[in-house]
Amino acid sequence: MSKLDSKIPAGPLADKWKNHKDHMNLVSPNNRDKIDIIVVGTGLAGGSAAATLAEQGYNVKAFCYQDSPRRAHSIAAQGGINAAKNYQGDGDSVYRLFYDTIKGGDYRSREANVYRLAEVSSSIIDQCVAQGVPFGREYGGQLDNRSFGGVQVKRTFYAKGQTGQQLLLGAYSAMSRQIGKGRIKMYNRHEMLELVIVDGKARGIIARNLVTGEIEKHSAHAVVIASGGYGNVYFLSTNAMGSNVSAAWKIHKKGAYFANPCFVQIHPTCIPVHGTAQSKLTLMSESLRNSGRIWVPKNIEDAVAIREGKLKAENIPAENRDYYLERRYPAFGNLVPRDVASRAAKERCDAGYGIENNETHEGVYLDFSTEILKKGNEAAIEKNIHNPTPQQIYDLGKAWIEEKYGNLFVMYEKITADNPYVTPMKIYPAVHYTMGGVWVDYNLQSTIPGCFVIGEANFSDHGANRLGASALMQGLADGYFVLPYTIADYLAADIRTGAIPTDTPEFTTAEKEIQDKVNFFINNKGNHSVDYFHKKLGHIMWNKVGMGRTPEGLKEAIREIEEVRRDFWADVKVPGDANGMNMELEKAFRVADFLELGQLMAMDALEREESCGGHFRWDHATPEGEAERDDEHFKYVAAWEYQGDNINQEVVHKEDLIYENIEVKTRSYK
Amino acid sequence: MSTKKGLNLTLKIWRQKNNKSKGQFETYKISDVSTDSSFLEMLDMLNENLINEGQEPIAFDHDCREGICGMCSLYINGRPHGPDTGITTCQLHMRMFQDGETIHIEPWRSAAFPIIKDLVTDRSSFDRVMAAGGFISVNTSGNTLDANAILVPKEDADNAMDAAACIGCGACVATCKNGSAMLFVGAKVTQLALLPQGRIEAERRVLNMVKAMDEEGFGNCSNTGACEVECPKGITLSVIAKMNREYMAAAIDKG
Ligand SMILES: Cc1cc2nc3c(=O)[nH]c(=O)nc-3n(C[C@H](O)[C@H](O)[C@H](O)COP(=O)(O)OP(=O)(O)OC[C@H]3O[C@@H](n4cnc5c(N)ncnc54)[C@H](O)[C@@H]3O)c2cc1C
Ligand code: SF4
Ligand code: FES
Repeated sequence: MSKLDSKIPAGPLADKWKNHKDHMNLVSPNNRDKIDIIVVGTGLAGGSAAATLAEQGYNVKAFCYQDSPRRAHSIAAQGGINAAKNYQGDGDSVYRLFYDTIKGGDYRSREANVYRLAEVSSSIIDQCVAQGVPFGREYGGQLDNRSFGGVQVKRTFYAKGQTGQQLLLGAYSAMSRQIGKGRIKMYNRHEMLELVIVDGKARGIIARNLVTGEIEKHSAHAVVIASGGYGNVYFLSTNAMGSNVSAAWKIHKKGAYFANPCFVQIHPTCIPVHGTAQSKLTLMSESLRNSGRIWVPKNIEDAVAIREGKLKAENIPAENRDYYLERRYPAFGNLVPRDVASRAAKERCDAGYGIENNETHEGVYLDFSTEILKKGNEAAIEKNIHNPTPQQIYDLGKAWIEEKYGNLFVMYEKITADNPYVTPMKIYPAVHYTMGGVWVDYNLQSTIPGCFVIGEANFSDHGANRLGASALMQGLADGYFVLPYTIADYLAADIRTGAIPTDTPEFTTAEKEIQDKVNFFINNKGNHSVDYFHKKLGHIMWNKVGMGRTPEGLKEAIREIEEVRRDFWADVKVPGDANGMNMELEKAFRVADFLELGQLMAMDALEREESCGGHFRWDHATPEGEAERDDEHFKYVAAWEYQGDNINQEVVHKEDLIYENIEVKTRSYK
Repeated sequence: MSTKKGLNLTLKIWRQKNNKSKGQFETYKISDVSTDSSFLEMLDMLNENLINEGQEPIAFDHDCREGICGMCSLYINGRPHGPDTGITTCQLHMRMFQDGETIHIEPWRSAAFPIIKDLVTDRSSFDRVMAAGGFISVNTSGNTLDANAILVPKEDADNAMDAAACIGCGACVATCKNGSAMLFVGAKVTQLALLPQGRIEAERRVLNMVKAMDEEGFGNCSNTGACEVECPKGITLSVIAKMNREYMAAAIDKG
């Protein structure tokens, strides 16, 4: 029987959250210290949740695999965070943010969740400012905003190109305050490897101390998973190297449904791959699309000459450049949503116009020369410089760009050794964000009672495609403003339970399973490193479960991944021992989970016979090559239920998506 | 435009099994390293070779690999984060090295950062200093003022942002002959002291953080300025001056 009950409160959309809060059970302040909560992950979602829960008076145990919570992957977010403040007076509102998010997600997210997200968004900004997050300001001292792909208002708050860093440091400082008070016990360099269920409820975890190698048992009345996304299934992605799916996958194997795993966002503006030794792809913030124009040469000979190093981008005259986004999507131009921009780049490169001078030929230009000229002229007028020389204009324009995006330009130059003020940046799409994740209800609870999932690790708010600057918003909304309420509703029943003992059979069995697996890895006499298998998996995923998918390709992918899985368990080699730091062992656990998830992603992609957001099926495209969605048959969330080792036997449950407040339309950015 | 080359290198790397054992340098050879690779990708290559030869790979810290998480460390040829300025080790590229070169690779060396294994050190002393006061005491309930009700002059916001850019990597401590953490602590104190929201508890903050810093075994600042030179995020000595002013004022006030 399906356990999918979304628990969306009744009543009008705009009142749902308020009504729900008014009627939820509470845990009174004097009872909260009788309750323990485990939070796995200290990114924006986990960090904000841990701080808030501790402040409310619960005993919080927080875990992260890095040496400090301040280093969680959220730290890397560059561009900004959305909020419906309408400070710019350009017509923004809670409804419009809600509408843009639903539309941007290709109508595959839950109305009620997204509305709540839009509703609490403005509190996030208030909260962060109070914490001392140094957002960009205007000269009058008020907050400044920028605009991001897929929307037509300026609602994105930013802290230079380091928004994620500053927001995370805000959450980390709130955590630090609680750590200092002894209300959060922080477990750095600890990895959760298993969930422990007692009497049908999540009651603890098994974690490995990554310094000593000890396997530890930790109990709690509820477990919150905030472990981030699974983009590293592709090996190369913009995610931090340690980002993994293990926590989410382990709870999936214990009964939590995994929703829409095939919805992966490919980000259009990353630095192209340089070679086979590559470990990681670097994102260039999407905010650059506000000022940069994307193009490839109009003539194929020029593209060839560029690749051969015989011609430079700056020497191609404007009329010989194909600004293909402006050409194809005049209304949004360079600011079309990510899936559209990514596919358009792939289309041009597949057609032979790519400019990167390596085997892949994958790359297009992101060019700032027009903006430098425009801003230079504006600045000259502002500064009362009459008849400015071209050099003066260029210098003023360059200064403007430097002020706005300087750190990104430096970053780009360090990686590529090209100066992007002179030569346009080279960019290409790369795996970035995962919209799929653990299925949760409106209360952010998974199908396992007492196991909650927040941030990128859950599936609920972004649909098939995430708009820029909305992941940070969701992470903080979940952690600061949603989970602390909804978890109380669940925990109210636990005030008399008392501490959960860890010497029960459930804990012992789970501990032993992990210990056995550690022993297996250490003793297996294999021939290949963990990365060897991870790269193989990544290759299959990128080629067959990447930007364009076909039924044949997906079927092949499923078969090939099964093979890699078999080889992995037979032939993986993990040097070193288990009693102490062993990074290969850490990777082995993570890649074992990626292999299973990869297979499920291909299955989900095969099952979803439509094109939708980040999921593009070549057999479901319009004659012009645009995505063709099928609302009649696929307006649902696919939630997969684990059935044992053979991933092919997972069962899909469907949650119908009901749009009562929004008219479902074809997404068009023409 | 970058012209790719394959480098052959000799690496002298610090190996140490754990905190209790003694460490020593080991020599490794690596060939055909692309000049487009990052330094950490070069170490990945070496590790892959070591694993294939049945040896234990070299442990080093890293995560984001784009210069923002502060996790990577490494003393390379006598400099934290290696021979380039304004970058972390993950942003260091092999085009900075010559074919045939010998490269020395060591962990951060500082009493307050004990070695865990090989090139990995324990920097949790930074977290403890933060827990002593590196925050603004505000409820996380969101029931605060509207954000625009707190006006912040653009210049202050920008300066606060510049100080807030610290990634907590510890290069400043590692390079300092006294093992001082003044640049790190000064950056946080400065950020929060510049903002109106942070002013109220400024005195308590600086006193507590400085006290915690001393207790963690960080040395004193003797104004050599090595930290500023090696900081990947361009944090300047002015934050130390600001912290000293804040500290003096607070100490006198409490005096
Ligand atoms: C380069 C880049 C730029 C981005 N820019 C933006 C942007 O401008 N705007 C925007 O809105 N979004 C942006 N995003 C997306 C956004 O940063 C992420 O989606 C978001 O930060 C995820 O937050 P999180 O808290 O869910 O997870 P994360 O920040 O990924 O945190 C995961 C946490 O879980 C821990 N963890 C994981 N597994 C385990 C385990 N098994 N045991 C213990 N701990 C574990 C980790 O240690 C970490 O603390 C960007 C992402 C990238 C990569
Ligand atoms: S001040 Fe600079 S060197 Fe020191 S921890 Fe911060 S970023 Fe690293
Ligand atoms: S790995 Fe994050 S700063 Fe180097």
